[in-house]
Amino acid sequence: MSTPGQTVGPFFGYALPYEGGPELVPRSHPDATRLHGTVLDGAGAPVPDALLEIWQTDGAGEVPRAAGSLRRDGYTFTGWGRAATDNAGRYSFTTVEPGAPFIALTVFARGLTNRLFTRIYLPDATDAFLDSLPADRRDTLVSTRDPDGLRFDVVLQGERETVFLAYPGQS
Amino acid sequence: MTEAPTQADISAEIARIAESRTTDETQPRLDYAPYRSSILRHPTKALQQADPEAIELYAPVFGDQDVDPLEADLTIQHRGEPLGERIVVTGRVLDGAGHPIAHQLVEVWQANASGRYLHQRDQHPAPLDPNFTGVGRCLTGQDGTYRFTTIKPGPYPWRNHENAWRPAHIHFSVFGSEFTQRMITQLYFPGDPLFGLDPIYQSIVDPRARERLVATYDHDVTQPERATGYRWDIVLTGANRTWTESA
Repeated sequence: MSTPGQTVGPFFGYALPYEGGPELVPRSHPDATRLHGTVLDGAGAPVPDALLEIWQTDGAGEVPRAAGSLRRDGYTFTGWGRAATDNAGRYSFTTVEPGAPFIALTVFARGLTNRLFTRIYLPDATDAFLDSLPADRRDTLVSTRDPDGLRFDVVLQGERETVFLAYPGQS
Repeated sequence: MTEAPTQADISAEIARIAESRTTDETQPRLDYAPYRSSILRHPTKALQQADPEAIELYAPVFGDQDVDPLEADLTIQHRGEPLGERIVVTGRVLDGAGHPIAHQLVEVWQANASGRYLHQRDQHPAPLDPNFTGVGRCLTGQDGTYRFTTIKPGPYPWRNHENAWRPAHIHFSVFGSEFTQRMITQLYFPGDPLFGLDPIYQSIVDPRARERLVATYDHDVTQPERATGYRWDIVLTGANRTWTESA
């Protein structure tokens, strides 16, 4: 029987975020891109106490198997990063575009009783899962290009609610 | 501005929802209004079933360069001994089939013995302890074992409703062997009188499921003249990838 989750609560800010957490590659990396957006609640208000984690393949589509995400050496691509939202509900990662259709995303927040899983698809990506979604919800999983890189908002509730995922074996 | 609900109001809501429980629910309800902050923060549309693909079948790798072994002892991070009841908390991280999750990251954070977090937004007028930060990390061993030395946290008030108090708890952040097993939860201590009153604990509506968050006192973990001991195993949801023993 699996252990239930619980909310990350309001006080993770001094424990979980760490220096370099959002920088999967240095900004000086030739392929560096910004992945950023805002986390919003059901009233359209920004969520200033959310924590996002991304997990992705490298530019060639390989799954990273190297350690070092917590103390980055500036050379090794570990594929994993963590960013807290700021007072305006914004988050920002520096990474490379994966050689795969999507980046996996986990969302935690005060007020969210359990983690949520979703996918950040590249702007022109398609796959069977994305195609299986109703047209009016598909766009919530697709990032858009802006001058900085990729933009992806997370909407926890409401009309533009992000599609969140359940994997086999999860209730 | 309406008045803050009382504990009796919240307890009545908790009881009403508990009656509506139909099937075995392992995880907390995302839509759980007694926890007021959840009202605008829970998805209202059903979660979309997805078969994990490629990256989702793996978890990030952490190693010795990520975590110093000293980070597992929260009582030695400052010059003096922290106040409170020194405890050892240990257990195993397992997948749904009982296989150990080896060499994986476990992170903890908690209030001090007075129920105060070292966080700017914690306004509870209880004393900070200059010898206690309340943050730790470790990697699990080959058999999935984690182990922390810390201080038993105190219960603390919060503003969900009038006279709201959280049972004492330690936040745990754990990874599995797959992305799909990622989770954050809370460890509680046996016999806490606040369990029935706490909408966060009660958001897990199945009593057998929420009792899995309560550690067990274990005298074999207790150390003479040093610390009392608690044991708590964490079982992650089933893996979708075929299990292989890691080297």
